[in-house]
Amino acid sequence: MARYLMRRLLLTVPVLLGVATLVFALIHLVPGDPAQTMLGESAAPEEVARLRTQLGLDKPLLEQYVGFVKGVAHGDLGTSFRYGTPVAREIRQRAPDTALLAVCAMAAAIVFAIPLGIIAAMFRGTFVDHAAMTVALAGISMPNFWLGPLLAILFAVKLGWLPVAGSGTAWHLVLPAATLGAALAAILARMTRASLLEELRELYVLAARARGLSRVRAILRHAFRNSLIPVVTIIGLQFGAVLTGTIITETIFAWPGVGRLLIQAINFRDYPLVQGCILFISITYVAMNLMTDLTYGWLDPRIRYE
Amino acid sequence: MIRVGAVIVAVAALAALVGPLLTPYDPSAQALALRLQGPSLAHPLGLDELGRDILARLLAGARISFLVGVVVVGVSSAIGMTLGSIAGYFGGVVDDAISRVIDVLMAFPGILLAIALVAVLGPSLTNVVLALCVIGWVGYARLVRGQALRAREFEYVQAARALGAGPGRVVLRHVLPTAIPAVVVQATLGMAGAIIAEASLSFLGLGVQPPTPSWGTMLDAGRSHLFDAPHLTIVPGVAIALLVLGFNFVGDGLRDRIDPKKD
Repeated sequence: MARYLMRRLLLTVPVLLGVATLVFALIHLVPGDPAQTMLGESAAPEEVARLRTQLGLDKPLLEQYVGFVKGVAHGDLGTSFRYGTPVAREIRQRAPDTALLAVCAMAAAIVFAIPLGIIAAMFRGTFVDHAAMTVALAGISMPNFWLGPLLAILFAVKLGWLPVAGSGTAWHLVLPAATLGAALAAILARMTRASLLEELRELYVLAARARGLSRVRAILRHAFRNSLIPVVTIIGLQFGAVLTGTIITETIFAWPGVGRLLIQAINFRDYPLVQGCILFISITYVAMNLMTDLTYGWLDPRIRYE
Repeated sequence: MIRVGAVIVAVAALAALVGPLLTPYDPSAQALALRLQGPSLAHPLGLDELGRDILARLLAGARISFLVGVVVVGVSSAIGMTLGSIAGYFGGVVDDAISRVIDVLMAFPGILLAIALVAVLGPSLTNVVLALCVIGWVGYARLVRGQALRAREFEYVQAARALGAGPGRVVLRHVLPTAIPAVVVQATLGMAGAIIAEASLSFLGLGVQPPTPSWGTMLDAGRSHLFDAPHLTIVPGVAIALLVLGFNFVGDGLRDRIDPKKD
């Protein structure tokens, strides 16, 4: 396991370097002078020159790159143009809210989807199965930027049960978490059903039934446990979708996380903050993929020796 | 399901094509006195916040969605198939170089890279298409690379080589055709992905800019009128969900036909 862990960690290094390189390149893709674009057409040449120096754009490209990578390695992501504060601090302040939203969305999706998938598999081919899978398919096809406003219309505007946007109480979390978790729930429900049906064909389930176990007990005690391996993998792999989903969900519900910060930074042409947010989200994504791989290696020992 | 999907996609494509014939209204014409009016006989889907006919805008928006989908899928699949087959067939340093680029791009959640690119290039339809192509080709390249790695070991491919066929001919005539069914499935699902991505970016204000109608910008405008005119949000959302569902049905159906073992 230690060798597998080391190998997997080493493989992550070039990927992280590639991510940092791409994020560094972003500011150089801005058409024209990034400093002029940030300050606007009417800015004085001295102001533009000062910002260029502040951003380090007056240095040779290689020096800029080395400085950027060194900064990232030390957690220094530059200074926000809009706030005048370190980018890392702005992200650190909002990251817990994004994490809370993502975790709640994933937890809600798991709690809802796995029982739905089990029920669909148990009643395969019946109305219950078709209804459950139709709900799941609708969940996959509904983009979150539509589902969010729809839920807001129903639960905040029409029924008045929940706040339409903002943060501060647990009630504020319900609609964003439901919006963000819906697609994951749909995928998980389909995966649980498919995986459980696959297990139900195995001989050990038949043997369990032959020993007198009830169908429900055979499913829950034996088949369900084994069917969980691909489901766990999907949960890990879908984390990226949840993470990027926070950008839209936080914007819809004015949730004060990193996703909303990114969109605000784009609107203000605060490129250091844009780079910082993109880097933060990407590194989190790479780290989660790494954890998923390691979990999978732990669940399925054959992987370690490949 | 594949038939249901095909019908949805065909109807939407036809509506996008003959859109202006289906409604007498100009999608940009404003009737401010009637703003936010709900559905009526004259305006079956109602009017938006500037008094523009929602049906006319929906049909014009469908053109944008199809345009983005077709261009993104066409360009991405062409680049991806070319690089994927080169990497898989030739192997060695070329494969290593292409595979590392694929690894890095796969390390980004797709839409995040698109957002990043549009953020620096500036919001416009062209930049959205460009950004979606930059992230889009990776999936095709990985798929085709895998197929090419397998195909180059096939006996008929080795026979073609032994008969003196050059690398270009072997790849084009013998290797690439083995990947086509999988690419078709990926392209169908890719249409759904591109349509959602364009709508997402436009919703965030990073895509198609007003007054050009796009389903994403229509949804974004509807957000400010959840209380007084929910139809502004419901109508474009139904259109996006239906079209995406249609492409997903067709893609899933094609995949099941190509590989019946998959659920």
